[in-house]
Amino acid sequence: MLKPLVDDDGAPYFEYAAKGELRMQTCANCGEVLFPPRPMCPRCQGIEFAWKLMSGRGHVWSFAVPHPPLLPDYAALAPYPVVVVELEEDRRLRVVGNLVAAEEADINSVDPATIEIGQPVRAVFREIEGFFVAAWIPDA
Amino acid sequence: MNPTPLKDRAAIVGIGQTEFAKHLEPSEKALACRAIAMALDDAGIAAHEVDAFAAYTMEATDEVEIAKAVGAGDVTFFSRVGFGGGGSCATVGHLAMAIATGQADVGVAWRSRKRGSGPRPWTDTVNQLATPAQWTRPFGLLRPVDEIAVLTRRYMHEYGMTREQLGAVALACRNRANANPAAIMYDRPLTLDDYLSARMISDPLCLFDNCLETDGALAVVMVSAERAVDCRREPVYVHAFGQGLPAQHHGMVNYWNDDPLAGPSWTAARQLWKHADFGPADVDVAQIYDAFTPLIPLSLEGYGFCAKGEGGAFADDGGLELGGRLPVNTSGGGLSEAYVHGFNLITEGVRQLRGTSANQVAGASTCLVTAGEAVPTSAVLLRRD
Ligand SMILES: [Zn+2]
Repeated sequence: MLKPLVDDDGAPYFEYAAKGELRMQTCANCGEVLFPPRPMCPRCQGIEFAWKLMSGRGHVWSFAVPHPPLLPDYAALAPYPVVVVELEEDRRLRVVGNLVAAEEADINSVDPATIEIGQPVRAVFREIEGFFVAAWIPDA
Repeated sequence: MNPTPLKDRAAIVGIGQTEFAKHLEPSEKALACRAIAMALDDAGIAAHEVDAFAAYTMEATDEVEIAKAVGAGDVTFFSRVGFGGGGSCATVGHLAMAIATGQADVGVAWRSRKRGSGPRPWTDTVNQLATPAQWTRPFGLLRPVDEIAVLTRRYMHEYGMTREQLGAVALACRNRANANPAAIMYDRPLTLDDYLSARMISDPLCLFDNCLETDGALAVVMVSAERAVDCRREPVYVHAFGQGLPAQHHGMVNYWNDDPLAGPSWTAARQLWKHADFGPADVDVAQIYDAFTPLIPLSLEGYGFCAKGEGGAFADDGGLELGGRLPVNTSGGGLSEAYVHGFNLITEGVRQLRGTSANQVAGASTCLVTAGEAVPTSAVLLRRD
């Protein structure tokens, strides 16, 4: 599977993910929450950041279900849903991830036909080949 | 000072293209040279007069190699535009600006690509993972079609666009290709049943929502309006030009702003119409970038042919067909003629205004050509006398 190519701006996100926390880059000057991370706050041009803990709850904003041709690791699991999740804290904070039936389940463990835009989901954290990322599971 | 110094100051006077096929033997460089030579011949301009070049940053052939092969003179302007298919119309726009400001006299824009027989860019697992793809690709949004499928499903959810409407987009392009002998899909009719029963590539997008994979090259030659009247062909003027990189835009994965469904088309359109003498209602025919069918409804909204959310319904009742509200992609477009990063939309726009299209819109005197929606984009408004 592909792993994120971590850059300076995004590195803290993945460090927190490894601790099981969903945190977002937040401007230390004006409080704007930024995603994806970047080197400057577009609202106040601040360059100091904190990383704000999110609830990990959100709703499915949209999703796609890729079918082959795909890279081999993904083709083996296709079709699988990929969701864009709108975080509860701010609808512009939309995180792309896999919707899975359980924390360690495969990316094709949820039947795409059962997914609805707007359905509640919550973040779980899992290791993919030594790398920690958030995934999403249906929330009651 | 002239408030619209670009308007009708430069014209496309030559077009050239190679054959389109899944596989062509010559190199991209050889194909580029042949297309450029054909465009110069079409214009009746000698190669040594060429002093400007414009291309996409994704163009793999370079100005030095092209200029010395085709026999250009001293070159005083050369520019590159980024963001894949978003740069197509900007190559023409940049040359128009160079000519209008006296930086050059004879400009060539070109695109040569062996996307049919060459590698698919998304199979590059090293260079395709940088920002912002690090936030999307590892989870399996591997290809442009996956990124657009996400936007498409949201669009269907918010505005009720149907697969039948996307099918009507695909059919409009295919029907034109079936009358265009240069099109890859010339002899391959498509029905709505074929469309609806096709295999999914990235649900909700199926095989026929995707553009072709083509080898081919195209070029245009541009000069000033003054010189254009003495050229071999009737001039096709660049009436207006716009580029668009909207505030807080994120490229193909534009999921992180207030309204991801209002893409770069909206920004380019504001710039385009600001300097035009006419509006969307006066456009006779349009060539809309169509790497994927939903880009057409999204672009129709952005460029002001209908209200937000009405792009899908615009395709109903033959709206995009010849004789419809707005005939589009009259050569077959990227979906059914050839996918050469949208450059074939530019040459088809020129043919419409010359009256030489295989699917001629009677009396067409204005044509909008757009570049890729969902990436930083560009558009040109073409007109004839
Ligand atoms: Zn700030």
